[in-house]
Amino acid sequence: MIRLFVPKDVSALAVGADRVVKALTQQAGEGVQIVRTGSRGMTWLEPLIEVETPEGRIAYGPVTPADVPGLLAAGLLSGADHPLRIGRPEDHPFMVRQTRLTFARCGIVDPLSLDDYRAHGGLEGLTKALAMGPEAVVAEVTASGLRGRGGAGFPTGIKWKTVADAAADRKYIVCNADEGDSGTFADRMILEGDPFCLIEGMVIAGLAVGATKGFVYSRSEYPHANVSFTEALILAREAGLIGPDVLGSGRSFELELRVGAGAYVCGEETALLESLEGKRGMVRAKPPLPAHIGLFGKPTVINNLVSLASVPVILAKGAKAYADYGLGRSRGTMPIQIAGNARYTGLFEAAFGITLGEIIDTVAGGTLSGRPVKAVQCGGPLGAYFPPSLFDTPYDYEAFTARDGLIGHGGIVVFDDSVQMGAQARFAMEFCAIESCGKCTPCRIGSTRGVEVIDKIMAGTEAAANMAVLEDLCQTMKYGSLCALGGFTPYPVMSAVRHFPEDFNGSGISAKVPAE
Amino acid sequence: MASKTTNLVADWDPNRAAEIINAHLGLEGPALPILHGLQAAFGCVPSEAIPMVAKALNRSRAEIHGVVTFYHDFRDAPAGKTVVKLCRAEACQAVGGREAATFLLASLGIGWGETTPDGAITVEPIYCLGLCAAAPAALVNGEPHGRLDGMALIEAVAEATQS
Repeated sequence: MIRLFVPKDVSALAVGADRVVKALTQQAGEGVQIVRTGSRGMTWLEPLIEVETPEGRIAYGPVTPADVPGLLAAGLLSGADHPLRIGRPEDHPFMVRQTRLTFARCGIVDPLSLDDYRAHGGLEGLTKALAMGPEAVVAEVTASGLRGRGGAGFPTGIKWKTVADAAADRKYIVCNADEGDSGTFADRMILEGDPFCLIEGMVIAGLAVGATKGFVYSRSEYPHANVSFTEALILAREAGLIGPDVLGSGRSFELELRVGAGAYVCGEETALLESLEGKRGMVRAKPPLPAHIGLFGKPTVINNLVSLASVPVILAKGAKAYADYGLGRSRGTMPIQIAGNARYTGLFEAAFGITLGEIIDTVAGGTLSGRPVKAVQCGGPLGAYFPPSLFDTPYDYEAFTARDGLIGHGGIVVFDDSVQMGAQARFAMEFCAIESCGKCTPCRIGSTRGVEVIDKIMAGTEAAANMAVLEDLCQTMKYGSLCALGGFTPYPVMSAVRHFPEDFNGSGISAKVPAE
Repeated sequence: MASKTTNLVADWDPNRAAEIINAHLGLEGPALPILHGLQAAFGCVPSEAIPMVAKALNRSRAEIHGVVTFYHDFRDAPAGKTVVKLCRAEACQAVGGREAATFLLASLGIGWGETTPDGAITVEPIYCLGLCAAAPAALVNGEPHGRLDGMALIEAVAEATQS
């Protein structure tokens, strides 16, 4: 039996993976099994198909249905040479430079096979956690230096300790999988490509802090991920990984998937909790922290999906092994997601400390269009635009903060020199206006006023005076907003103004994009 | 919001709505799962269902109306037969997403969130499908499409409307 591997990740489906599978099924003949996997993260090569050979898995991509007859004739099934052959994926320069810890299995295993999961190191972390006991698990996660991968960078272990120490009849683990930042897809890739890893991380969290119920809050924009994660939950329950008696330990942990309804602000942790409770996704004032008063008023660990999915490998390999990677106070690895106008797009998991320039010029290979890079937006729609002059910035929470930016959830969107930064600044304000929960005034009204004042600047109407208004408005939003939506929208706006003043010269070139 | 006296939902069925509501009442925080269930069944959250949800959850009609209208997903009338969820966010902008969107909307003669007069096609703005490494991207009747340009987008929509 020859095994072929074709991703079922939605990024592969979006460029025709199912049509390639259909062609292979019809043409490859008897004795060929097609295994659907997650994505390796080399998205520019999707659909990337692999064949199992004595030399390891050999990849070909990007493959179209029209390529299939030629590939088979050339000897695809024995890994033979072909213009689309890229060799063993792990030998590809894009993969060689990576440190795959959290995404070690993604793209390799059948995401819905627990046997495959175990064969690739799955459940080692949970097995150790059960042997160690709750306090030691919390200490281990603290010692690993793991910080919130959603962007805030709060130490995960301290959050867990707070919930573990809280006395309550019921506690919750909530996974924030409301990955709304443009340029990010790491959560989605785990949900589709290695769902048991998230389940294992949440079970460990539940055992460590004494929580018996978990929720994964995903997005309606991720229908494929939600279907596959639902299947994974069923399999996990059948196998006793979740349920009344986790792996025979006598401990109970239930897990449920919930799906949002298209509100970006629900990625903010307190808005997410409100939404889970069935309310409008309005941000809560903090304190109280969710660790004290969280979901349904109970102590709640709310972590980003990547944070939770990093826990199994931390327990399996030990805190020190994880903390040995990284720089300064940013320990371990980060799945950097390269998107937009880049030649090599995809997911690149690396230890903190790699410079932005290395990521853009070497890993991403510059722009897809071949034109010069003008700006990269790091950390989603609330992240700053970095010009190439700042490409020496190391990928590290503090280093980005020092340059008025943020790494956020790890997204990097590359723009070539055709981008008009006034339009991008306007979009940042427009997006904030569309997605504001409306609770605080700086965000609710500031964003709409921001769109108007940028339009005036772009139209050349009292440009200097209006620029002063814009700066003042951004200060008010930054310091007066309740959460990061209003508080961070000034980052893309002001970085565009500071680094690209020529795009705000009041020349009358409108920054308007098609209206809502 | 739809007028309370006009029934926009052709297949409105209060018994079915009640079944959907009751099926979710055992959940913690059942409101969103109920609303998703109603929209899956009726193509929207019918205004007739709001007092039913309110009563079942022991909340006011105003509160439930507030929840429904907060979330971009929930509709007060069914969408067109083919729904195009087209990403407007930055990663898609960086590779021609604005141009592709403008091309599609102009050729259909509608704006964002609107439905063609024959009820065939609705184009909804969406902010990120997580297909940022294969941008510009869209979901056409739930089918993902990546590396789009204006022509490819129109072809994808045409194919969906014919099937």
